[in-house]
Amino acid sequence: MVRSKNFFMKFYLALIIAFLYIPIAVLVVLSFNDSRSRVVWGGFTLEWYKTLFHNSDVVAALQNTLTIGFGSALIATVIGVLAAVGIDAMKKRSYSLTLGVGNIPMLNADIVTGIALMLWFSRFTNLGYVSILLAHVTFNIPYVILSVLPKLQQMDMSVYEAARDLGASSVKAFTRVILPNIFPAVVSGFFMAVTMSMDDFVVTYFTKGAGINTLSTMIYGELKRGIKPEMYALSTLIFAVVLIVLLLVNYMPRIRQKQIQRKLQNRKAAS
Amino acid sequence: MEQAILNLEHLSKSFDGKKILDDLSIDIGKNEFVTLLGPSGCGKTTTLRMIGGFIMPDEGRVIFEGKDITALPPDKRHINTVFQKYSLFSHMSVADNIAFGLKLKKKSSAYIHDKIKYALKLVDLEGYEDRHPMSLSGGQQQRIAIARAIVNEPKVLLLDEPLGALDLKLRQDMQKELIKIKNELGITFVFVTHDQEEALTMSDRIIVMNQGLIQQIGTPVDIYNEPENAFVADFIGESNIIDGVMPKDFLVEILGIPFPCVDSGFGRNELVDVVIRPEDMEFQKPGSGMLDGRVTSILFKGVHYEMKVQAGGFEWLAHSTEAYHPGTEVGIYVKPENIQIMHKPTSAAQEVINTNE
Repeated sequence: MVRSKNFFMKFYLALIIAFLYIPIAVLVVLSFNDSRSRVVWGGFTLEWYKTLFHNSDVVAALQNTLTIGFGSALIATVIGVLAAVGIDAMKKRSYSLTLGVGNIPMLNADIVTGIALMLWFSRFTNLGYVSILLAHVTFNIPYVILSVLPKLQQMDMSVYEAARDLGASSVKAFTRVILPNIFPAVVSGFFMAVTMSMDDFVVTYFTKGAGINTLSTMIYGELKRGIKPEMYALSTLIFAVVLIVLLLVNYMPRIRQKQIQRKLQNRKAAS
Repeated sequence: MEQAILNLEHLSKSFDGKKILDDLSIDIGKNEFVTLLGPSGCGKTTTLRMIGGFIMPDEGRVIFEGKDITALPPDKRHINTVFQKYSLFSHMSVADNIAFGLKLKKKSSAYIHDKIKYALKLVDLEGYEDRHPMSLSGGQQQRIAIARAIVNEPKVLLLDEPLGALDLKLRQDMQKELIKIKNELGITFVFVTHDQEEALTMSDRIIVMNQGLIQQIGTPVDIYNEPENAFVADFIGESNIIDGVMPKDFLVEILGIPFPCVDSGFGRNELVDVVIRPEDMEFQKPGSGMLDGRVTSILFKGVHYEMKVQAGGFEWLAHSTEAYHPGTEVGIYVKPENIQIMHKPTSAAQEVINTNE
């Protein structure tokens, strides 16, 4: 009885993982396939990766994706951290109200956000790089707030008062005492924003205007004209990058902690 | 009192419509150890935070060395605080914590180095420079918090229940330590606590507060021996507080029995509160005291026994080094100078707080 229960637990888990990862595995395999067919293995090749990087559209889209991703994340992080500090200091009622209003862009259907922002931006400016950037900043801010706010609430704010008491201006107290304490949350908020920005298709699609693409809109455009193996290569690359970033984000704190521990041990041994 | 360094003038403060401080005025002298004592919510911490600059009073002024600093932010005041929860910077070493204020003032690194050494020596933590605050015990963290405040050479040091989180033995050590530090530095200490014993042990002067009002200001001896109202008597140590009538000067009637006392100046037949400390209750043979009673319970408290005695329809609390077991008949005697007469409370703040009901 226990054994069969155990077996089903493992089987169920294997099934879930298979459903999640087999399609990606197929994609990765196909990106190295020296055949245009999706069912025949024609031998190993890096041909598709080569053509990919010779395609100026792809390179331009990649550039846009990266600069918009990191740029919008950076701006959203600055705004989001300041917003979180402000919200944290609010009283209960305005606190939940502001937080609720701030979260709506995150919960709202992307298509609504996309169309709304398109209408809004096209009223003032031509749609293009800047409008994509602004749109991404907009939907990134709540993620930063959501990442930073719990850390702020956890924090004992009397350290801020202690810093003021010792002669720090409000800005210095923030940069020297609050910021170092919430820094891990700020970094994770930043990377969450980068991911959200790179991942976005719908909002970008509506706010981008003609003649500019990010990877997601470019792939979509290409697929309409038929699937090319370069796109497998591109998707594989994106997956690999995300995987590496994820591993880093998850293991960096642990590695750093080990380093600190080792340092402490060395010091103890020395003294 | 010597020349005042700090004058609090008519401070009032309300939070959410509730009055926390009501027209509070205190003068604090140079080099004085002043304690604000009272139950939680009495306004003592609010007062301290106004001195520190963290709260603006609704009305009134804070005068420091003759200058109005009411609107000055905390970083512009020559006053430092030791916080209740220590509030050390957990991302910095002990040395960096202590150096925080000095670095902001752009002191030379040699000066900072010397100051750290001096401060750590003063709080008995030499050689702890590179340690991390979180790796220290509560008592050690408290010492670092004190060191961090005093290196800035404040003229007034504010201490917000700094010993509240420590266990009894450590607290008593730290009390002595604080007095030692104060004597060495020669600066003014304003100390906040709800622990009456702590206040009595350490202070030059105690300010007893309740419900945003000052109940009594005096030396520890004054406050203990001559409480001005029932609240102070009850808050500062245990006591028997009982209704009485003053038929004339130097005589008070308690439970209909005349007791000679040393107080005068009350109205004829004025209703008063009478305070008798448990250690002033003397037991004699039945019939030879002022009134007879029967012991109803006994508790061993270490230094003394604590007895409850039923006499004249009132349950008296008595301390004695001798044990009187339940059922024993005793005669109660109180020396005239040990009877303290007080006017009846004129406001709720002056009444005893009933914590055991």
